[in-house]
Amino acid sequence: MEDTIVAISTSLGRGAISIIRVSGNDAVYRVNNIFKGKDLTKAKSHTIHYGYIVDGEEEIDEVLVSVMIAPKTFTTEDIVEINCHGGIATTNRILELLVTNGARIAEPGEFTKRAFLNGRISLLEAESVSDLIESKSEKQRVMALNGVNGRLTNMVRKIRDNILNIVANIEVNIDYPEYDDAIEVTHDYLKKQVYTIESDLKLLLSNARVGKIIRSGIDIALVGRPNVGKSSILNALLNEEKAIVTDISGTTRDVIEASMSLNGIEIILIDTAGIRETEDVVEKIGVDKSKQIIESADLVILVLNNNEELTKDDQELLESIKEKSHIIFVNKTDLDERLNLKTMQNVVRGNTKDLNGLENLKQKIIEMYNLDKINEKDLTYLSNVRQITLVKEALENIEQVLQDLEKNIPIDMLEIHLRNAFEQLGILIGETYEDELIDKLFKNFCLGK
Amino acid sequence: MKYDCIVVGGGHAGCEAAHIAAFMGKKTLLVTMNKNNIADMPCNPSIGGTAKGVIVRDIDALGGLMGRVADKSHFQIKMLNSKKGPAVRSLRCQADKITYPKNMLKELEKTENLTIQEAMVEDILVEDNKIKGIVLANSETILCDALILTTGTYLKSNILRGASSIEGGPHGEARSNFLSDNLKKLGFTIQRLKTGTPPRIKANSIDFSVCSPEYGDDTYYTFSHDIKPQYKIEEQQKCYLIYTNENTHKIIMDNLDKSSMYGGYVTGVGPRYCPSIEDKIVRFKDKERHQLFLEPESMHYDEWYIQGFSTSMPSDVQEEMVHSLKGLEHAIITKYAYAIEYDAIDPLQLKPSLETKVVENLFTAGQINGTSGYEEAAGQGLIAGINAVRKLNNLEPFILKRNESYIGVLIDDLVTKGTQEPYRMLTSRAEYRLLLRHDNADLRLRAYGHDLGTITDEMYQNYLNRIEQIESLNDFLNNTKLEITESIKDLFTKHEISLPLNKTTLYELLKRPEITMDFLEQILTISYSEDIKDVVTIAIKYDGYIKKCEKEIERMLKLEEKQIPKDINYKNVKNLASEARQKFEAIRPISIGQASRISGVNPADISILAVYLKKEYGKNE
Repeated sequence: MEDTIVAISTSLGRGAISIIRVSGNDAVYRVNNIFKGKDLTKAKSHTIHYGYIVDGEEEIDEVLVSVMIAPKTFTTEDIVEINCHGGIATTNRILELLVTNGARIAEPGEFTKRAFLNGRISLLEAESVSDLIESKSEKQRVMALNGVNGRLTNMVRKIRDNILNIVANIEVNIDYPEYDDAIEVTHDYLKKQVYTIESDLKLLLSNARVGKIIRSGIDIALVGRPNVGKSSILNALLNEEKAIVTDISGTTRDVIEASMSLNGIEIILIDTAGIRETEDVVEKIGVDKSKQIIESADLVILVLNNNEELTKDDQELLESIKEKSHIIFVNKTDLDERLNLKTMQNVVRGNTKDLNGLENLKQKIIEMYNLDKINEKDLTYLSNVRQITLVKEALENIEQVLQDLEKNIPIDMLEIHLRNAFEQLGILIGETYEDELIDKLFKNFCLGK
Repeated sequence: MKYDCIVVGGGHAGCEAAHIAAFMGKKTLLVTMNKNNIADMPCNPSIGGTAKGVIVRDIDALGGLMGRVADKSHFQIKMLNSKKGPAVRSLRCQADKITYPKNMLKELEKTENLTIQEAMVEDILVEDNKIKGIVLANSETILCDALILTTGTYLKSNILRGASSIEGGPHGEARSNFLSDNLKKLGFTIQRLKTGTPPRIKANSIDFSVCSPEYGDDTYYTFSHDIKPQYKIEEQQKCYLIYTNENTHKIIMDNLDKSSMYGGYVTGVGPRYCPSIEDKIVRFKDKERHQLFLEPESMHYDEWYIQGFSTSMPSDVQEEMVHSLKGLEHAIITKYAYAIEYDAIDPLQLKPSLETKVVENLFTAGQINGTSGYEEAAGQGLIAGINAVRKLNNLEPFILKRNESYIGVLIDDLVTKGTQEPYRMLTSRAEYRLLLRHDNADLRLRAYGHDLGTITDEMYQNYLNRIEQIESLNDFLNNTKLEITESIKDLFTKHEISLPLNKTTLYELLKRPEITMDFLEQILTISYSEDIKDVVTIAIKYDGYIKKCEKEIERMLKLEEKQIPKDINYKNVKNLASEARQKFEAIRPISIGQASRISGVNPADISILAVYLKKEYGKNE
């Protein structure tokens, strides 16, 4: 029985439609778990169904799903294809959802390999698969290295080393129980060590910015005093991209969220209530909300009016975004310059009156996030989902250790989770297990008869 | 004279091989240089230890001798890691160096179909790459259909102390001068390995008052599944713990160039897990002291073994070293420590059955295969014996999988990865050790023993009885519901355990980490033996972990099932990396699973191989 594999089978990015293909014994079941619509497990073979991909309550995308039951399929296994709206963010979200639901990301060429191994395609075709597979490991390595930059690799290696040290220590305790020089790994000791690893892994996940951008886009907060032109900037950006503007419930006063696509990456624009100190209770709610949004946004765009001098409110705003990743957009450059702005850092100028008046702003965002370098042909993208999955799995294992520590499970059993985490991180940076542990054992501890 | 099966060498591998082949009905000859050295223990006076103790249990479950002979021959026994999880518990006994060999010889002598002969073997007879017999030092030939070589450290062995190198094996016995050369001529790769042993000292010259005693356990244990404890807890002997000191280290550093190892007199590769004391001091300079254990060798003579003090220094330096130790200031050395260098074959030339790939019907086991340790040797001897018989009976070989026994892990490692140093079993080598436990050896292996014909009916009945007991206890736990009364409420409160719902089954209760069988027994009587309670509790408590492990095994076994035909020509497999091709050709893995464990082979190579197999051989599937 083969496990269920999943991959995006269309080229990623700007296409209107993406197809995600799932193959394996429980392909139908796995997709059905995240599908709102007809019960796919009861669907006839080679039929198409309309519905939504959902994550719990949340509808992620409106989709068409084709169900093809074995054996008359490409791989001769059950296949489900999800036709969703293009865009890296959505497609990836669905891919990730399937992985969380137990599917595995396919290796390069794996669908074809299965097709051949199951006797579906000819020998001639298979030869080319063989070539494809041959280049695989090298490509994978490149992928892994591309995706994880040097600093990240070092971070992973450090975490991995820490895990190996603990594992080696535990092994010495087991294999040489009478050896008194190795620290006895107790539950308390392990807890302390594992907490460190847990927080390192969490940091790693939050640092995986590129990965996050691909997954969930960039949250941009538009801030500024009333009447500096935030809404017209928003509308100008959106009109161009034909995105949908929606009011967020509960924040009817002034907070508006909308999304657009920039170089295939989802940008979530949040137009905040004008920020200024206020006694008006109703307005205060809006202002507090704005401050919250600045806090949680990936990027803050502070809009200033070119035609007015800096006010006290502007000064305060400048102060409040200092620690954030930000752009200062000087709007209304079609009017006379009266703005006395001292800083030149991250300053972009433009206006909404000209057709290309916001081009500089867009370029600045692209530049800040290297969006022009995230290419649909670039394999780092796929490996990023892989990597994030791997780090998440490693983290899950580490969290399992912490849970089981509470249950007083013996340490030599908890170690299984540590080893799993170690292996997952090893795959991430392309290092294998082999005899590392045994080597470590004998290098670090003076053992023997 | 002609035998079905000849075993050369009467060490731990040879004893198991000869016994099991004879037990399985083959006319068997065991050739040894000296009957008195049968099952000799030339190094440490103990049997078992971490992982090794489980090997002994496994040998016993399959009908081997080591467990029951050890049970009759020790003067101290301990369950190691008893405070840790159940997966890493392991027995170790201090075996008497006189009694153990005697009891083993007794077992062999009462084995039907088995003859023991004293002789030195110098050559083997091979015709058309098939074994025909052996040639003794006196040129006499003895014919056989299957041959098992278990020559230990006796192939071209040298005993080393300082600059002195003496040809010979342990105890100054004669070595085999020509056998390894003759094996080389047949196509075997011969490697040179090294190991060592510490000095022995006279008991009455030790000042025990300054040493700290180490006691045996106060619970009864046996290695064997079939016999009752043969000792009395209170009659167990003590061992002692002492330490090296600054002075010892200074003596060693000052004389370093005189040791065989550091003076450059040794060519063999020594094991990392068994370093000499000079190794430890050089490699761990900042350690102020090293542990040493004093262990009696026997109750029949008064020599003690200094565990941890193995060295290849010349005798005069050894005197100084020993006398620098607290309590041993006036110790009389009865046997000086030595290093020993010997020839071994490359285990990559073996099939997982332990038959050699070079000569048909020739099997090897023990140190000749590059391992170290009595238990590792015995385990291989047993498997080689079983498979020699099966080969003669035209049956498929018996191969233990990595999830079935440490013996399976050991042999798979050897024949898949080879070894550059004497191989010792460690729990960390077994990825499925959660299943390879002390408590379930018979559950894992006895049914195999029954099918193979390696155990007696009585042994099989013991196993069936235990299964019945286990099932009965499981039923009891599943069907008994706890009625919460006031007194039970109090008991839970007293132990700070949260109260369960009324009428929860005992089975469900035991799943909770804080509730033990002992605790339940404060509430009601559970009249089953300790070992039954143990095995049942472990299965209940660690069910989640065991299931996870079993899932991994399922994945592994799927790859094991994908057999590689024996006649495959790797030259025809296009696109294989050249390293992978070379390794495949040399090792000739029997399954995709084994192929994937070879070091230096990438997943891509495995995929290519799988595709090729499907293409060439898959049509008939």
